[in-house]
Amino acid sequence: MAEKTISLKLKVWRQKDAKSEGGFEDYSLDSVSTDMSFLEMMDVLNDKLILEGKEPVNFDHDCREGICGMCSMVINGNPHGPQTATTTCQLHMRKFKDGDTIYIEPFRATAFPVVKDLVVDRSSFDRIQQAGGYISVNTGAAQDANAIPVPKPDADEAFEAATCIGCGACVASCKNASAMLFVSAKVSQYALLPQGQPERKDRAKKMLAKMEEEGFGACSNTGSCSAACPKEISLSTIARMNREIFK
Amino acid sequence: MTILDGKVPEGDVQEKWDKHRFKMKLVNPANRKKYTIIVVGTGLAGGSAAATLAEQGYNVKSFCVQDSPRRAHSIAAQGGINAAKNYKNDGDSVWRLFYDTVKGGDYRSREANVYRLAQVSNNIIDQCVAQGVPFAREYGGLLDNRSFGGAQVSRTFYARGQTGQQLLLGAYSAMNKMVDKKQIEVFARREMLGLVKIDGHARGIITRNLVTGEMEKHHGDAVLLCTGGYGNVFYLSTNAMNSNATAAWRCHKSGAYFANPCFTQIHPTCIPVSGEYQSKLTLMSESLRNHGRVWVPKKAGDKRAPNEIPEEDRDYYLERIYPSFGNLVPRDVASRNAKKVVDEGRGVGATGIAVYLDFGSAIERLGEDFIREKYGNLFAMYEKITNENPYKVPMKIYPAVHYTMGGLWVDYNLQTSIPGLFALGEANFSDHGANRLGASALMQGLADGYFVAPYTVANYLASTELSKADANHSAYDEEMQKVKSNIEKIKSIQGSTPVDHIHRDLGKIMWEYCGMSRNAEGLKKAITEIQQLKQKFWSDVKVPGDTNNLNQELEKAGRVADFLELGELMCKDALDRNESCGGHFREESQTEEGEAKRDDANFSYVAAWEYQGDNISEELLHKEPLEFKDVPLTQRSYK
Repeated sequence: MAEKTISLKLKVWRQKDAKSEGGFEDYSLDSVSTDMSFLEMMDVLNDKLILEGKEPVNFDHDCREGICGMCSMVINGNPHGPQTATTTCQLHMRKFKDGDTIYIEPFRATAFPVVKDLVVDRSSFDRIQQAGGYISVNTGAAQDANAIPVPKPDADEAFEAATCIGCGACVASCKNASAMLFVSAKVSQYALLPQGQPERKDRAKKMLAKMEEEGFGACSNTGSCSAACPKEISLSTIARMNREIFK
Repeated sequence: MTILDGKVPEGDVQEKWDKHRFKMKLVNPANRKKYTIIVVGTGLAGGSAAATLAEQGYNVKSFCVQDSPRRAHSIAAQGGINAAKNYKNDGDSVWRLFYDTVKGGDYRSREANVYRLAQVSNNIIDQCVAQGVPFAREYGGLLDNRSFGGAQVSRTFYARGQTGQQLLLGAYSAMNKMVDKKQIEVFARREMLGLVKIDGHARGIITRNLVTGEMEKHHGDAVLLCTGGYGNVFYLSTNAMNSNATAAWRCHKSGAYFANPCFTQIHPTCIPVSGEYQSKLTLMSESLRNHGRVWVPKKAGDKRAPNEIPEEDRDYYLERIYPSFGNLVPRDVASRNAKKVVDEGRGVGATGIAVYLDFGSAIERLGEDFIREKYGNLFAMYEKITNENPYKVPMKIYPAVHYTMGGLWVDYNLQTSIPGLFALGEANFSDHGANRLGASALMQGLADGYFVAPYTVANYLASTELSKADANHSAYDEEMQKVKSNIEKIKSIQGSTPVDHIHRDLGKIMWEYCGMSRNAEGLKKAITEIQQLKQKFWSDVKVPGDTNNLNQELEKAGRVADFLELGELMCKDALDRNESCGGHFREESQTEEGEAKRDDANFSYVAAWEYQGDNISEELLHKEPLEFKDVPLTQRSYK
């Protein structure tokens, strides 16, 4: 951990609330340790703003270890910034150079309205899950966990799909603001497991219908979603979901 | 002081829960829709309780501080979840899980609760698999297990290094199913700021809509607090940034006793602190100790790179001191030993405050692919944060605050000292005693939510005559006024110190005097310093922005104000408990070998504190005596 410090110019999206118009504000920050995470750099900026009597930049964050999916931000045009397979909270300043200018914006999509500054409303994702992203089994009704063997390759593939953190980077990166990768990850997880079979047919349809209703676009077929995904959810999940519809 | 009754049912420990379930009253299925249950928090405890109660037919209102129930901090749990399935045929049983948990907790938990936890552990795994939780499997298609600290059997079910995520998404999917059926209403980006009692019974809550700043009244028939622990008192911890104690602390101020606040868990394997700007610490799952070996140089001040230090100059101190458990000793033991070698000047890395966790011999024996399959995501996370490749260079780790065993006092039914207010999961105190074993937090959260509270809450509703009331009751106005004036008071100060500065100072005091090692003199000093810091907060805190829209500084300020009070209570409790047990190590009470020495004659009780007003030093102590009939009291030994 060879620590060094860099100076940065920041162009940060500021927006008072959902109704107000937003715009970029310029800030400069010196002595940024390259061992800092991106969000710690934002903390330092906010500390400075507070001491100057200004309002700090609001941004979503929680676990700061890449698993809760709360952090967002488009950094220099990329959701979660330049490093692949990385959430903003796990991005470190060693990925930037002294003197860099960094553009920081909220995720942009009709279905993700801005709440304030860099904070967006992703409740549309919850509503998609509520439309069918579950297996209908009540507590207490389960048989022994080892009663149904699941081939390891299926279990592993289901797990890979299930690692989606629901952050929305796939939507933010897609020129159609489509949520295909997000929906297909859940559809794939259950389609690969024996427990998911009884409701398999309807699940994809219900979730996709909700996706459209919420204002997400159609698949752009460009694959930017998977490239932006911090958990590297595979494009093949979308292919699987498309097959589900015709089953 | 009064003696508290934990309401543990009579009879043999194996039969208590079954008999109790039979004796408890039921609510007729047709009548359940007449009840509304408020569930605060959507982690493993809250998510599972909300889903299960809704399935039974109750109306459930679910609240979370994040933008979605799926983001609760349970999601970050890595290693696994215990269950007594004995799928490995290595001698496990409900009784052994019970025994290990009581012993691991250093005999400061309630036996009956722990037995019940071990009993329902198997149902949890069944339930999760049925929900589509993709646990790790063997090539034959059956579930895989691994071993964890404090146990000599393999009973931990896991999903790579992200078991908490998969279990939470399971509970979240169960919730979604009931949202779809209109049995659960979710209120996200809401913070509970007050508890409403009517005729002494918990009936509702006051929340702040974090987006609009609007204060809201929510009425119901019972309130379930599933709001997690208070590790963020320490500022730096492995908890998420929004994890806080405010809901629990406000309930404490409304009359709920707070039990064993000094019982905090310092997790041995976290990425060390690197600078002042550090905002949180990242855990490296304890499961790593299955294949990683902990060591430091034998000589103090040995600055050679780890790969240049030959075997004979290395001290694998856990293997040396504890030959039978080795690197798999319980967390409190592993943490204390790390501190000891660092205090001896044998720490490693730039700061000297770290020890090595070395995978060299495991990689040599089993290959890099094997290690990648088991721990790939953890190794990737480590590399992102530290810029070092742990496949080539040993990890550097150091203990960090991770979990709080203390919490709101609850009886066997998980009911607090306020009728109608229940506390589940990490928010209560009951199952882990003075030290929690690895992979037991997930087990407890889901046990409480899926299999315990749904019965005991029904029993409460069926056996209690609640007065007719709604959110127009004057009790709501009173509580809301209290909450509003607290916010106005904070906003009116307009001082010069940002909230984080005060929080960071509090964390330093707590870590120094109420961390891995505690003594009377230090704790007294801490109490004085916290009181001074509290004064500084209330005279000089600086909170910018408005109260009528999203204001993250205002949110933090309210939480830090509560942490300051809770921090003082933690020190008071630690001072009062003049013995060492589990994670609570009082320097005055140790064996000749430097291990924690309990004082069962004087301290075999739960310390439950009752709020007496702003002056925390006046909190009143109540005691619940602990009896150990089935797991005989012994000095723990992992040698």
